[in-house]
Amino acid sequence: MAVLLALRDVDARYGQVAALRGVTLTVDEGEIVAILGANGAGKTTTLRAVSGTVRRSGTIELAGRSVARKGPEAMARLGVAHVPEGRGTFSELTVWENLRLGAHVRRGSLKDDFARVFEYFPWLEERRAQQAGTLSGGEQQMLALGRAVMQRPRLLLLDEPSLGLAPLVVAEIFRIVGELNEREGTAVLLVEQNARTSLAAASRAYVLEVGQVAFSGSSDELAERDTIRKSYLGY
Amino acid sequence: MRLRPPTLAGIVVTVVVAAIIALLPFGLSDYHRSTGATVAVFFIAILALNIVTGYTGQISIGHGAFMAVGGYTTAILTHNHGWNDLATLPVAVIAGFVAGLIVGLPALRLHGVYLALTTFAVALAVPQLVSNYSKFTGGVVGLSLPSHSGLWLYEVSWAVAGIMFVCAWLLLRGRTGRAFRAIRDSEVAAASSGVTLAVYKTVAFGVSAAMAALAGSLYVLVNSYASPTIFGLTLSLYILIGAVVGGLGSLWGVLVGAAFVELLPLGLTSAGVGSSQSVPVIFGAVVIGVMALLPLGAANLLRMFLHFGSQIGQHSDNPLGTEGR
Amino acid sequence: MAIRPTTSWIVPAGLAAICLFLVIGSLDSALFAQQTVSGLANGGIYASLAVALVLIYRATEVINFAQGALATFTTYIAWQLFAWGLSYWEGFFATLAIAFVVGFGVELVAIRPVERRGNQLTVVIAAIGLLILVEGAIGWIWGNDIKFMPPPFPAHIYRVGGVSFSRQDLSTIGISIAAVVLLWLFFQFTKVGLAMRAAAVRPDAARLVGVRVSWMLSLGWGLAAVLGAVAGLMAAASPATLLQPSMMDSVLIYAFAAAVLGGLESAAGAVIGALLIGVALNLLSAYVSWVTPQLLLPVAFLLMLVFLLVKPSGLFGRTRVRKV
Repeated sequence: MAVLLALRDVDARYGQVAALRGVTLTVDEGEIVAILGANGAGKTTTLRAVSGTVRRSGTIELAGRSVARKGPEAMARLGVAHVPEGRGTFSELTVWENLRLGAHVRRGSLKDDFARVFEYFPWLEERRAQQAGTLSGGEQQMLALGRAVMQRPRLLLLDEPSLGLAPLVVAEIFRIVGELNEREGTAVLLVEQNARTSLAAASRAYVLEVGQVAFSGSSDELAERDTIRKSYLGY
Repeated sequence: MRLRPPTLAGIVVTVVVAAIIALLPFGLSDYHRSTGATVAVFFIAILALNIVTGYTGQISIGHGAFMAVGGYTTAILTHNHGWNDLATLPVAVIAGFVAGLIVGLPALRLHGVYLALTTFAVALAVPQLVSNYSKFTGGVVGLSLPSHSGLWLYEVSWAVAGIMFVCAWLLLRGRTGRAFRAIRDSEVAAASSGVTLAVYKTVAFGVSAAMAALAGSLYVLVNSYASPTIFGLTLSLYILIGAVVGGLGSLWGVLVGAAFVELLPLGLTSAGVGSSQSVPVIFGAVVIGVMALLPLGAANLLRMFLHFGSQIGQHSDNPLGTEGR
Repeated sequence: MAIRPTTSWIVPAGLAAICLFLVIGSLDSALFAQQTVSGLANGGIYASLAVALVLIYRATEVINFAQGALATFTTYIAWQLFAWGLSYWEGFFATLAIAFVVGFGVELVAIRPVERRGNQLTVVIAAIGLLILVEGAIGWIWGNDIKFMPPPFPAHIYRVGGVSFSRQDLSTIGISIAAVVLLWLFFQFTKVGLAMRAAAVRPDAARLVGVRVSWMLSLGWGLAAVLGAVAGLMAAASPATLLQPSMMDSVLIYAFAAAVLGGLESAAGAVIGALLIGVALNLLSAYVSWVTPQLLLPVAFLLMLVFLLVKPSGLFGRTRVRKV
């Protein structure tokens, strides 16, 4: 499989504080890769480095092209959909408008895209005129995913999709992510504190510790190694 | 300005600057001396604004109105009732203080941009009121006052300015100053640590207005003339510009700001750079440029150069809503 | 983040009562009806400028103190176009186009560099600097003397049941409403309009979906300038207003008051506020003898102040709770 995303020796900082130090990772086309680690390890920052929402240095390549200097608007145009922590919902706009915004970078008719999103999330269609801020947390997460689907991205960056959600909802979300990956071939870079769920969904994972990659390997490998599971993954 | 006792460097600089100011008029023509007096007037007005905007974070674009209160008190007492002009100054201060309390009370309910807009409207409304009640105020025509020599004006104005500087410095370094700063940085935190918000904020307005009124009285003396036009919106705008360009929350910035708003336009004209028509264009452009390059004002630049201390430099100095509206 | 819409019934009820009052009064007295209509016309002018203010405020949380001066500037450009021989409507639309470019350009050149490193207050000061610059530029280019603006069409009086309405007043109402409605349609139903709303509401999330937020800001300023131009042209068309550099100064205050009344974030609120202010001021000056033309501004200010003290977030604003 071809490499879609490559990070080599990437540093990132917030003001004077270094959040990432020399992070190197790859995501192949059509892969689901997880980033795990404790709070403050730099997981969210890694996603931000990819989408261009944090100051970073180092090599970042998307399908072979360097994107290290590009901002989030450009990255969206290149097919990267970033669903941030907190979902980034436009609370004052309607569900339909939120979805429409997801397709901002797309040209041409969106009929098929809306149809697809409503296939994944049938209940969204009924609620299209509802103000997005009045949806529940789980619904907003699904709306955010729907927005990402509208974008038809090559790479989906998912930040803590399970945060604050009930297990049933989380399961549903991961199921849909898996479907997206299978049907559309969308690669996914997933940040999650819930290691068990993410290792189940992803084929490979990186474990971050204080801004650096401490371990990496296939999900099976990581799940099997007791030391890693207990120290880093909490189970 | 700061909580620490004055540094030796600070004292030396103050003395040197004071000496320069005291000796300057002897090298200047009469006209330039009255210009110097006007700088002093702006100094006091900007100092006054700093108390309210720089220290307690209540934005006011209406300080010209407080100046009008003081100015017209002096003008009316001198012109209509024959008072000695200097004797009117204490009355002007009291009038200003009362006006400040009157504004400060409703201001408690208004925050950030709403307060800015209200004071902006006050700045526009006061000249209208003045021209309307022309029986007392001489209306649009204005009131004339006895004139004084440039030297007299210069010395009186700067003497008052010096006294105000010391008063402000004393006020701001003590407990009151700490309370003011706490209010600016976070009202919620200040209130929870026992600072009676309403009292401090209103008093700040009162003191600020009193000082501005004093500046207004001197302004009227310098011009030997009081009219609604000289107290128009432009005056309030210039005071605010001076405060921000100089650097909010900095006593030295006040001097820079006062010099900026009074001397720059004049300097441009006499240097032949602009005609009286194009000077506002250049001035406006310079203000925008200064905001783009030195958002925290000149005083911050100075501070960065001389490492005087980083307290103000680290603030975003945002009276328009550090706290949310 | 969940939002509680203001559910108070007091506001709509109050507005309905006011409308009723106006209708009854108009039916009762010709003078009342005339003052109400010309008050609505004035209100239309304030409304255009008020919506411009709200537009910029929603996008940047900055009050553009230079909005009035920019409106005057574009009106002078219209005057110049007429002086060069354009017909009224040619000049009108050309001015709107030029106004868009001016607003867009001003944001790009003067505001963006300041916004990059400064905070809200520095942007406000820059806007004030802009105000001084623009009014100075008007005086520099065209002089401070009063200019004569050609009227849009020959004056005509319509009579309905003993009440006379001027064609100008009715057109002003119509054009102002049309401008605001067109803008609303733009925001609700176009892709760019949606992108602008998104950029105003959550710029960081908007960037993630590919919206170029800084360009949206410039676009906002351009549109605001167009609205200002409409206000300026309507103001200058009235025989009571003289074309001079300070023409829109007091209109700006009324527009502010209207925007504040409406809650600063609601364009609809600003329009309603503007119409209310326009009518109220007209009726006051007609029926209350001590309200002279010079007192209009202070009175308006006082009303605004009283209103703000009672309802600080305006008619349609969201009440923000600050707990201590």
